[in-house]
Amino acid sequence: MFCFALSGSTVTIYLPIAELSVNIFIILGMGAAVGFLSGMFGVGGGFLITPLLIFYNIPPVVAVATGANQVVASSVSGAITHFRRGTLDMKLGTVLLVGGLVGATVGVWIFSWLRSIGQLDLFISLLYVVLLTTIGLLMLQESLRAMRKAKLNQPLPLKRPGQHNWVHRLPLKMRFKKSRIYLSAIPVVTLGFLIGILTSIMGVGGGFIMVPAMIYLLRIPTNVVVGTSLFQIIFVTAYTTMVQAATNYSVDIVLAFILMVAGVIGAQYGVRVGQKLRGEQLRALLALLVLAVGIRLAVGLFIRPQDLYSVAVGGIGY
Amino acid sequence: MFCRLALLFSLLLIPATNGFAQIPMGEASSAKEGLDIGVSTNEIAIASDFRGADLTVFGAMTNPDELLLAIGSYDIIVTLEGPRDYATVRKKERIFGVWVNTDSMIFEQVPESYSIASTRQLDDPTQLPPINTAGVGIEHLALNPIGYIRDVGELSDFREAYRRLKLAGGLYQKEASGVRFVSSSLFRASLRLPANVPDGVHIVRAYLFKSGTLLTQREIPLRVVKTGLEQAITDTAHNQPFAYGLLCVLIALVTGWGASIVFRKD
Repeated sequence: MFCFALSGSTVTIYLPIAELSVNIFIILGMGAAVGFLSGMFGVGGGFLITPLLIFYNIPPVVAVATGANQVVASSVSGAITHFRRGTLDMKLGTVLLVGGLVGATVGVWIFSWLRSIGQLDLFISLLYVVLLTTIGLLMLQESLRAMRKAKLNQPLPLKRPGQHNWVHRLPLKMRFKKSRIYLSAIPVVTLGFLIGILTSIMGVGGGFIMVPAMIYLLRIPTNVVVGTSLFQIIFVTAYTTMVQAATNYSVDIVLAFILMVAGVIGAQYGVRVGQKLRGEQLRALLALLVLAVGIRLAVGLFIRPQDLYSVAVGGIGY
Repeated sequence: MFCRLALLFSLLLIPATNGFAQIPMGEASSAKEGLDIGVSTNEIAIASDFRGADLTVFGAMTNPDELLLAIGSYDIIVTLEGPRDYATVRKKERIFGVWVNTDSMIFEQVPESYSIASTRQLDDPTQLPPINTAGVGIEHLALNPIGYIRDVGELSDFREAYRRLKLAGGLYQKEASGVRFVSSSLFRASLRLPANVPDGVHIVRAYLFKSGTLLTQREIPLRVVKTGLEQAITDTAHNQPFAYGLLCVLIALVTGWGASIVFRKD
């Protein structure tokens, strides 16, 4: 399909939207590695792909939009599996989706505005640093506690999903049959909205935030959480891809395709390895990985750049 | 192509005879010096394996004064100018330890790429002919800012940064002594197009200077086009963004769905 240039040991491919030549093996490796990790840990991988692409000098604008496109592919196979098993609540997913689509639209506005004032790259990095380090630390703390408990053979104090908190006193209640839950639509739509914003600004599916929020905040039964969030992610990332393509022209189909193919293959091997590892060890590993990416991005914000000036093509209305 | 070569050779012959005839008449020659150029190709294609290209510009000086030619009073500069667009230069400052873009300046209609080749070192101030008035060369490109400028010193900093970054990025290039005389009046210039050259209409310009004053200039357009799949993708992404976005989503859906079939366990 694509013409490769064989010269020496490097095989380069020209990315038409990013407008630069890259080593195809590095992109394939990146896709496979992130796919492997996403299969292993059951995450979408968008939060790893986008920073990696930025580290590899892909313009952040392209990295974010292409990342969202790649997440569509990695979420579809997972959602299909959950749909077959019946662990997907369509109604809950649709309510989440309503918020998600609005959020993604608002997110793309913010994205275009930040780009026009020259603060997009900084904002993406800052958002990643804050989210990755916070979530990394929380996960690490939680998994270490679980590992200590497992060592002492103590049973884990399970938080009952049925317990009520302030979220359950909100009006506009809806009955979600599959989840066996009676819940206000307000927090569900709000959660979808916030994740939608993150999808369009960061190029992530947002599962790594949505899943814990659904379990601990909305008290939705764990068995339907992953499938339902994947269902919502497919549509929000697909929508974001469309809107980014229409407003910023920044989805690179060649880059996305290479990442997708490598990603879905890598994921299959990741799943197999993941099944052999213990849950809390797996979460501790993922926490360390998330922290590492966050710290690497943070360092980039604080060290003095090589050149304080930067040039961008375009000026008015850009 | 054949016509152009034929023209070049005829041009090569004419000045030689004319020049010979003019020598006895001295400075008061009626015929003016002229310039003609031709390019090795008028279209450069960017395919998926594009890693930059070399462009050769041939040219001939007509009616040169043999005496001035012999003492090297003539200078030829050949430039390749990319498509023009606005350029935004931003400056970072440290705010609470984080490096943030704080200041920016927009320059109007500057070439996205620029290569220059000349008969002698343009950097050497002792040898530099006073060509700056003509606006030729990276140092003399017009960089006009848009809007109100508070500080003139700041303006020169931004201009200097723009040139430095463009040179560092390879989009602006200077090839000192890149123009070589093949015979007394026939010359050849080689210019390099970087791998990240923008597509669009570029302009090859040749300037003839006599003792530092611009006598004449010639220009030829050069098209840089993305070809094949690259072209199709870029065109679709910009002209039919919705169809393009839909295609991206469809490919993702098919890839994900395909994987779930191929790797199905039951």
